[in-house]
Amino acid sequence: MYKYYEAGIKSQRLSIKDRFFNINFGYVLCIILLALIGTVVLYSAANGNWNPWALKHIVRFGIALILMFVLALVDVKLYLKYSYIAYFLVLLLLIAVEVSGHVGMGAQRWIDLKFFKLQPSELMKIALVLVLAKYFHGCTLNKIQSLQGIIAPIIMVVFPVALVMVQPDLGTALMMTFTAMIIFFVVGVQLWKFAVLGGAGVVLAPIAWHFLHGYQKERILTFLNPERDPLGAGYHIIQSKIALGSGGIFGKGFLNGTQSHLNFLPEKHTDFIFTMLSEEFGMMGGVLIILLNLIIIAYGYVFAFRTSSYFGKLVIIGLNTNYFLYVFINIAMVLGLLPVVGIPLPLISYGGTVMLSVMASFGIILCMDINRNLNLGRSSFGDD
Amino acid sequence: MNRDNDKGKTLLQRTLIMAAAVFGMLMFLIARLYYLQVYQGDKYLMLADENRISTRVLVPPRGSVFDRNGVVLATNEQNFQALIVAEQTPSVDMTLQNFKKIIPLDDEEENKIKEKILYNRKFLPVKLKDNLTWEEVSALLLNAPDLPGVFISEGLNRTYPLGEYTAHFLGYVGAVSDDEAKDNPLLMVPGFKIGKSGLEKQFEDELRGHGGNVKLEVNAYGRIMKEIERKNGIEGKSLYLTIDSRLQKFAQDAFGDNSGAAVVLDVHSGEILAFVSVPSFDPNLFTKGISHADWNKLLNNERNPLTNKAISGQYSPGSTFKIVVALAALEAGVIDKNTTFDCTGSMKLGNHLFHCWKHSGHGEQNVVEALKNSCDIFFYEVALQLGIEKIADMARKLGMGQATNVGLDNEKDGLIPDEAWKMARYGEKWQQGESVIAGIGQGYVLATPLQLVTMVSRVVNGGYAVNPTFQKLDLQDKGKIRKINISRKNIEIVKQGMFEVVNSKKGTANTAQFDIDGIKMGGKTGTTQVRRITLEERRKGILKDEDLPWKLRNHALFVGYAPQDKPKYAVAVVVEHGSSGSGVAAPIASKILQEAIKLNIN
Repeated sequence: MYKYYEAGIKSQRLSIKDRFFNINFGYVLCIILLALIGTVVLYSAANGNWNPWALKHIVRFGIALILMFVLALVDVKLYLKYSYIAYFLVLLLLIAVEVSGHVGMGAQRWIDLKFFKLQPSELMKIALVLVLAKYFHGCTLNKIQSLQGIIAPIIMVVFPVALVMVQPDLGTALMMTFTAMIIFFVVGVQLWKFAVLGGAGVVLAPIAWHFLHGYQKERILTFLNPERDPLGAGYHIIQSKIALGSGGIFGKGFLNGTQSHLNFLPEKHTDFIFTMLSEEFGMMGGVLIILLNLIIIAYGYVFAFRTSSYFGKLVIIGLNTNYFLYVFINIAMVLGLLPVVGIPLPLISYGGTVMLSVMASFGIILCMDINRNLNLGRSSFGDD
Repeated sequence: MNRDNDKGKTLLQRTLIMAAAVFGMLMFLIARLYYLQVYQGDKYLMLADENRISTRVLVPPRGSVFDRNGVVLATNEQNFQALIVAEQTPSVDMTLQNFKKIIPLDDEEENKIKEKILYNRKFLPVKLKDNLTWEEVSALLLNAPDLPGVFISEGLNRTYPLGEYTAHFLGYVGAVSDDEAKDNPLLMVPGFKIGKSGLEKQFEDELRGHGGNVKLEVNAYGRIMKEIERKNGIEGKSLYLTIDSRLQKFAQDAFGDNSGAAVVLDVHSGEILAFVSVPSFDPNLFTKGISHADWNKLLNNERNPLTNKAISGQYSPGSTFKIVVALAALEAGVIDKNTTFDCTGSMKLGNHLFHCWKHSGHGEQNVVEALKNSCDIFFYEVALQLGIEKIADMARKLGMGQATNVGLDNEKDGLIPDEAWKMARYGEKWQQGESVIAGIGQGYVLATPLQLVTMVSRVVNGGYAVNPTFQKLDLQDKGKIRKINISRKNIEIVKQGMFEVVNSKKGTANTAQFDIDGIKMGGKTGTTQVRRITLEERRKGILKDEDLPWKLRNHALFVGYAPQDKPKYAVAVVVEHGSSGSGVAAPIASKILQEAIKLNIN
């Protein structure tokens, strides 16, 4: 069997069937497991009802799974070829919703796709990774480590981050910034440049602060210190810790979480779903979630290492990092380690937007892994 | 190509660093999970229980109070309340409009209800009206379809079926003050009531019972989800009193519009058969929450309905005290049955002239005659020879000069003066003239009606130190009653005097005599001044009592007992500003004793 695929891969051009059998099904299995656990927890969150969340969640996942396979099976070269175009299109979309958001009072910042709400900022997380990967794919190490070499990618990051920031969606803006910085880090940008950037940030922050509106300042302050708002974010985190802690090692049992079912726990079906799971299934449940995510992320690194193309490696690392940030920030947040910033736990929390974007990421990661032996030339255009 | 290798190598190295960091961070999350769920798990489990478990107190029904025949004097009645739950009606206003058609609400009530609905959580019931009658309840139930969100709940209200008749000894219950509540969760229950006065207060611990509690699971908004655990409390104990409610009613009614007090004792046990203080008040007003107008009416009434005159009213005993003085003199040997004094209508002591109530004088009087006629001069002479110490000694033996400790608030001590008392009180030596005045129960001497009836009981029962009580005595208790050292013979002499007061043709209370199958009563009248008669007035002629304002008229007293041969009942009657002991107090006492005999209380 293995030899057969080797032969296929070496032929450089893989048939759809070859690509399908090259999909890493261990990876897919972990993803499905997480989504099923999510369905179970959402069933409990609705006090043992399929509605309003659990059923929709599993249906959404099914659709997103198909999308994942589609994205995994398309020709890998398309990602390389259309990175810039995709980036600009998403940027335009971001500008469009931003403008319409300003023009029409309270207009939506998302596009309705029946089962999903498509947020351009979510798409941008992927597009940004692709465009940065493509850029660095075409650079030499010298260029990466030169000053003029990182001006273009910095601009590529700053535009969408700024647009998302003014929405204001500080959580997404920060996640995009983190992801971009990690890409900058792994491609070899010198550490002193990060130090300079950090220093500049410290200097510039007070100046930028001066130009912010009162309500924006308020939001940032609450973001940094939820205790400022003890009845809002502060109350949530206190109740979350009580719910989690009271779960103990084995939990209170399925459908028996008192904090969640008696409504002491806020947002139990979205941001605080990890808390609910840990209340009902205890530390065992929480550890299972973290380990499954660890396996998914570890798979990502394995894929990155074994992919031969620089572009592929970078795309996987970027998207994998993005996924890791979701998981880490959400769990750290409900464990009281980070401020409460509306970031859901992907695959488990109810909500179509994030489900769509992480499943798309998985699809692209899988695509890179399927075509891991395909050599993509450094020059992006016309090497076909 | 070399640089390409470097580029790949850098990526590999830095990705490995990243992967290690990511692994470390996820492991840190697991460590944190361990810390919260295992290390601090107990603490958070406790906090979670604090969140979800609400403990509510179960209020025990208060013990009932019965009279000696099992008639209910105090109990709990069902209190039907109409409540509204705002979230269960599509329109609070509509429901209220419909409700008002059945049970009218004034504007003040309606505003209060609307305010409460506005500020309370929507699923919490708000009281519309309480103390609903059965008719109102059934009207509401009949119209239930028009009254969404309205429901009826029943609670318990303290009620006193005999109302005014029992107010002064039962007292009443009322809301708990912060001081009283301390840390007792039962007392902190909203609407809980405790004894505020009278026996309700005295027997609070027995009547209250013990609260239970129920543990409820509540959600974040306080809604009850289920019952976790229930511990039932213990009902309050019932109380059986010595009062005979029939006699009580009769005695109180016997006063008519008069103000005063009467107490009837069983002379052998001290059991209180009737305990009257008039005017009285309706204790039910207090349990339902008395209105400002009603309260002011009680407070400003010059006849003090709120004062328990039977124990808080201190009166000069007047001539009723002659029983004590006569007994003291006979016991001391100062006089015997045949000793006589000549009453000329006045007696001179130093510069002072002491008058008999009968200005023309009684002539030669022995002790029985002196009691019968209530001759003042005889007792002046006796008191003078006897001295205050011996009088005071006898009075105390008979239960005067100190509170009886019957168990009610504000019981007064009365006053039996002696030399030491005067020195302590005024820093002056006792004067002989003061002994003379004390000899007829005036001057410093004060007694409560309860003390007077105790005094009579102790005399006519043959010298047993009975104490007035509201609780029935068993045989053992009766056996413990102390004997006072008074000779039987002397008691019979005094009783003879008391018999003649009523039954002799010229006795001061002969209008009060009766004969029920040979059963007769004995007693002693008393009329005491509440004002000072000036020398000038004495010269001009003393004003007649009926010409004076009510407040200045004499108090009328009578103490008596029956049957004469085998005393069973003793009574003391004080009619405030009643003018005449013989004319007003004695007839009331007589009626009460007749009723007691007819009832044949046991």
